[in-house]
Amino acid sequence: MGCGLCEVYCALAHSTSQDLIKAFKRERPRPVARIRVERTDGLFLPMQCRHCPDSPCVDACLTGAMYKDPDSGAVAVDPYKCSACWTCILVCPYGVITRDIGTGIVAKCDLCPGRDVPACVANCPNEALVCIEDGADAQGSRLAAAAQERTGGH
Amino acid sequence: MATKKSRQLRQPPSASTTKAPIPEMEYLIIGNSAGGIAAAEAIRELDKNGKLAMVSEEPYFAYSRPLISEYLAGERSLDSMLLRPADFYQRNKIEALLGTKVARVDFGPKLVELEDGRSLAWRKLLLATGGTPIVPKLKGSHREGVFTFTTLEDADKIGQAANRGRTLVIIGGGLTGISLAQALVHRGVTVVMVELMDRVLATALDTEASRLVEQALRREQIELILGHTAKEIVGRPEDDRRVGGVILQDGRTIPCDGVVFAIGVAPRTELVAGSAVTLNRGIVVSRRMITSRRDVYACGDAAEAYDFVHKTNRLIPVWPNAVAGGRVAGFNMAGRRVSYEGNTGMHSLNCFGLSTVAAGLVDSKDDPTCEVLADSSAGNGTYRKIVLKNNRIVGMVFVGDIERSGIVFGLMKDRVNVRRYKEALLSPDFGLGTLPDDLRRKRLSLANSQRGDASGNGR
Repeated sequence: MGCGLCEVYCALAHSTSQDLIKAFKRERPRPVARIRVERTDGLFLPMQCRHCPDSPCVDACLTGAMYKDPDSGAVAVDPYKCSACWTCILVCPYGVITRDIGTGIVAKCDLCPGRDVPACVANCPNEALVCIEDGADAQGSRLAAAAQERTGGH
Repeated sequence: MATKKSRQLRQPPSASTTKAPIPEMEYLIIGNSAGGIAAAEAIRELDKNGKLAMVSEEPYFAYSRPLISEYLAGERSLDSMLLRPADFYQRNKIEALLGTKVARVDFGPKLVELEDGRSLAWRKLLLATGGTPIVPKLKGSHREGVFTFTTLEDADKIGQAANRGRTLVIIGGGLTGISLAQALVHRGVTVVMVELMDRVLATALDTEASRLVEQALRREQIELILGHTAKEIVGRPEDDRRVGGVILQDGRTIPCDGVVFAIGVAPRTELVAGSAVTLNRGIVVSRRMITSRRDVYACGDAAEAYDFVHKTNRLIPVWPNAVAGGRVAGFNMAGRRVSYEGNTGMHSLNCFGLSTVAAGLVDSKDDPTCEVLADSSAGNGTYRKIVLKNNRIVGMVFVGDIERSGIVFGLMKDRVNVRRYKEALLSPDFGLGTLPDDLRRKRLSLANSQRGDASGNGR
């Protein structure tokens, strides 16, 4: 439906205050959503990191900041090591890594560590976003939030 | 001061520094940066126990060389420069011979002689030796205060000369020169950048994007002298051994306290010179990263690997390609046949907040068969350009809003025919959603298919 609640709750989940009003009204730097709903001609396509088994962003990272969590298989960023060179952005075929201008480093989906279900999935009113565990990955189990396409006008 | 701090990155004294005889290595990697580390990891994915050694003349655990700029700026500690956790070598059963230079490689009996007198035997060898910064033979370039900017040690040396109020001249307006300029500005140093071409980043960007970067540099009070180069480095009136100024080819003198050469790197190939390993400008490798000599592999800045835009092997001294090549080399060394899919020149830059990414053929002047789509109408320093050939993307430049550049890069890398939707590539809301349904579905399933047959090429 293109409601964008996933974007709102993603940004909230990555805010300091964890309070909806404070996060969007007062927090500086503003929390950044790591999911983005592409809206084109009645097509609503929520896009976030696919946590690729063979991840070009990890291979391209100049500093070792981008890494694959050996246990979960999730692709994650060490904010302490990111140098904001944006090489990962150039090589991501989904265009889902964002510059976080406020913090000065990259922001991407981290599958909400510490939560049972990522915030985008938990707050999707239409259950368009689902969280699946993909055991086919050689590295072990892999979590990925996947979107079912809703093609309104097509 | 810096030397003392540098110990944090150094290998603690261990068995590897004693004079005990070293057994034959299944795998020997010369080099301990992007390519070497990627290869070691690939080897360990397939072979957990085969004897593996890495040799590097630098005494440090693998660190991120691009970060020496932030280190010099005083914004980064040494421990956050490590490419891998400090227990990387131990955990992966890698004998790390760090601070040891290779004197000679014998390709016949498969031996390596180290400068400290030790010898190593190997079954499979990887040359991940990288590049050496080019220092032109210039009158006065022996003077104290002439630097290059590639290693941690270089950064330490420049750090001692780069105090607030000093003036440093950077020769070369490429990525290295610009990252150094950013660090020096942070330190309160006056920076003069001399570039032989008529614009900065002349090989990485097109003219329009270069101009935007130049504006960003000038805003930080960096003086750009374009279309010029240095002729001579002169001493100080009170001490002729130390740098006092640079004379340009037009005769003008720029007084300064130091000069840094950042005009590029040459592949480090001295270990194979005169050997049976075929050498062009770099070490020539197959798509499996094997040199002309069996069991000898090469990757990274030292090697000429396949470029899918130019459809030939060439030197592309950039980090992601070194990693990709290193992984392919590692897999093949450990017995899995893997082919390098090819790469091309790619650059990304965050220059005083101006974000720029570019890849492939960015300047199509040399090729009239190219079609150029460009848009700088959004203003605010935003600029996008896509170069097409036969409806395939062969080059791209994004400045400012770069978030969706990776989608374009992916279409370029997989040689997707974009005829049906090329206008959409430049639209501000471009994304996978703007692609035709069939192609979008293919591109969305890339991760599941390991970027293989789901490229959307329809071939």
